Amino acid sequence: MGGSRRIPVEEIRHIAELAHIELTKEEEIVFTEQFNRILEYFSMIDEADTENVPLTYHVLDLVNVYREDEVHESMKRDEPLRNASKKEGRFFKSPRIV
Amino acid sequence: MSRIYELMAAELPDKVRSQEVSAEEHLHSILERIDRVDEKIHAYVTIAREEAIARAREIDKKARRGEKLGLLAGVVVAVKDNICTKGIRTTCSSRMLENFVPPYDATVIERLKTSDAIIIGKTNMDEFAMGSTTETSYFGATRNPWDLDKVPGGSSGGSAAAVIAEEATAALGSDTGGSIRCPASYCSDVGLKPTYGLVSRYGLISYANSLEQIGPITRTVRDCALLLSVISGHDSRDSTSVKIPREDYLKYLISDVKGLRIGLPREFFGEGVEEDAKEPVLEAVGKLEEFGASCCEISIPAMKYALPAYYIIAMSEASSNLARYDGLRYGYRDENDEGNFDEVFSRNRRIGFGAEVRRRIILGTYALSAGYFEQYYLKALKIRTLIRRDFERAFKDVDVIIGPTMPLLPFNIGERIDDPLKLYMCDILTVPANLTGYPALSVPSGFRKGLPVGMQIIGKPFDEGTLLRVAYTFEQNTKYHKYRPPL
Repeated sequence: MGGSRRIPVEEIRHIAELAHIELTKEEEIVFTEQFNRILEYFSMIDEADTENVPLTYHVLDLVNVYREDEVHESMKRDEPLRNASKKEGRFFKSPRIV
Repeated sequence: MSRIYELMAAELPDKVRSQEVSAEEHLHSILERIDRVDEKIHAYVTIAREEAIARAREIDKKARRGEKLGLLAGVVVAVKDNICTKGIRTTCSSRMLENFVPPYDATVIERLKTSDAIIIGKTNMDEFAMGSTTETSYFGATRNPWDLDKVPGGSSGGSAAAVIAEEATAALGSDTGGSIRCPASYCSDVGLKPTYGLVSRYGLISYANSLEQIGPITRTVRDCALLLSVISGHDSRDSTSVKIPREDYLKYLISDVKGLRIGLPREFFGEGVEEDAKEPVLEAVGKLEEFGASCCEISIPAMKYALPAYYIIAMSEASSNLARYDGLRYGYRDENDEGNFDEVFSRNRRIGFGAEVRRRIILGTYALSAGYFEQYYLKALKIRTLIRRDFERAFKDVDVIIGPTMPLLPFNIGERIDDPLKLYMCDILTVPANLTGYPALSVPSGFRKGLPVGMQIIGKPFDEGTLLRVAYTFEQNTKYHKYRPPL
């Protein structure tokens, strides 16, 4: 499978974009090298026989945990705003969207 | 008594209740200790001096009035800096959260406060808990109190170092792939990763939510049991918290292992595990046999895939959990707002996150992306099933599984940090307990070359009681828990 295929720097650049992480030129090179080594190591799982083996997303057999929909006291309005570095009045200030 | 900072969590509350020792004088003794040694160790990111003193005075006031005091009256607890503390900044040792002050307490913090414990401060860690050495902290590395050139283990390295250096009576850590047990082993502490679902994760800043648990780091097994009794139990604010009755874990502290069946997995003593890491553990197992336990060799064949499967799952979950950091509502926001939302967002994340965090987010995004999802992520989840099956099968014949916590002795600061893969390999013996959700405890089991070696005891789900009993039996019949680093 994919173990021996080298991932080119363009692909790392694309994935970093999807992850919303800017990379410097030097980082692109270093990360590409490191990722290829790490992914080569990861690819050893290819050989494991997992035919008909179910997935374990979670170790607990919990499904749909419900609770009563009770109203609790919420935070005061300025409380959640306190950690924002840019705000205006009672709003978070966003950069331009497009 | 001049060195009251040495008191254990199990000793102090009675003395505070009877006013033999005041919570305030005890706290001052610890603060002085911090002032004296933390310059060398750097266990703390933030020390909440004023808040702690105010709390201590309240507790003493209660004691004087004869009011009922909690289980941890006056106990000074250090908290890993990824657990939210209302009004005390919580940084995850990251530039991203350098100035983040949570508006609420994590459930475990509420429970500590209700038990009259004192939060002394927030401890250093690998950035966002991603590491095994506490070197990736934005605020600089923590040093191992036993040898200041060595790493203390990680990612809860600050908590483990603070406890053995007596800069706190006990601490909380979090364990995603060994982050409590690894530093406990490297610093000679007792560290417990509880069964997944036993301790609420509400207020724990998520890294890999299907793997991690909060747990105690202490100097003795008794203190571990005491802290666990306080922090465990159902919490409706964490939907993965399990509804089982709360327990008093102190009742399991019996020095007796007669009839106990111990499984020694061949994979925990095989290739890649140093002699210095194995020997003390085998000697410790011999000791348990003297007290009536029996041993057999077992095998966990899927172990060879555990590490890659763990990293694929952890990175995938990280890429999702850390997507929230855009610098908008909280977190690092660069002065430069040039460009559109995506560009600003990506810039904040480049500057706010360190290299290892960015590596894991990008690799996790890769493992979840179209075309690789099946090959990496789904395959890893199937291997998780195989590992679980191996452990289930093993536990039909044994009560506990024992091996070393770490495959090697504490190494030099800087020695492995430039090679991510080499660093990941250190977690080989700790990740199975996270993949399966099983409880696991590291207890001091000796020294090699002047450095501590921890024994790891893995148990059946929700059988923390047996882990504590085995660790207690070993501890009570040895002296390792009494040694302190020369500081």
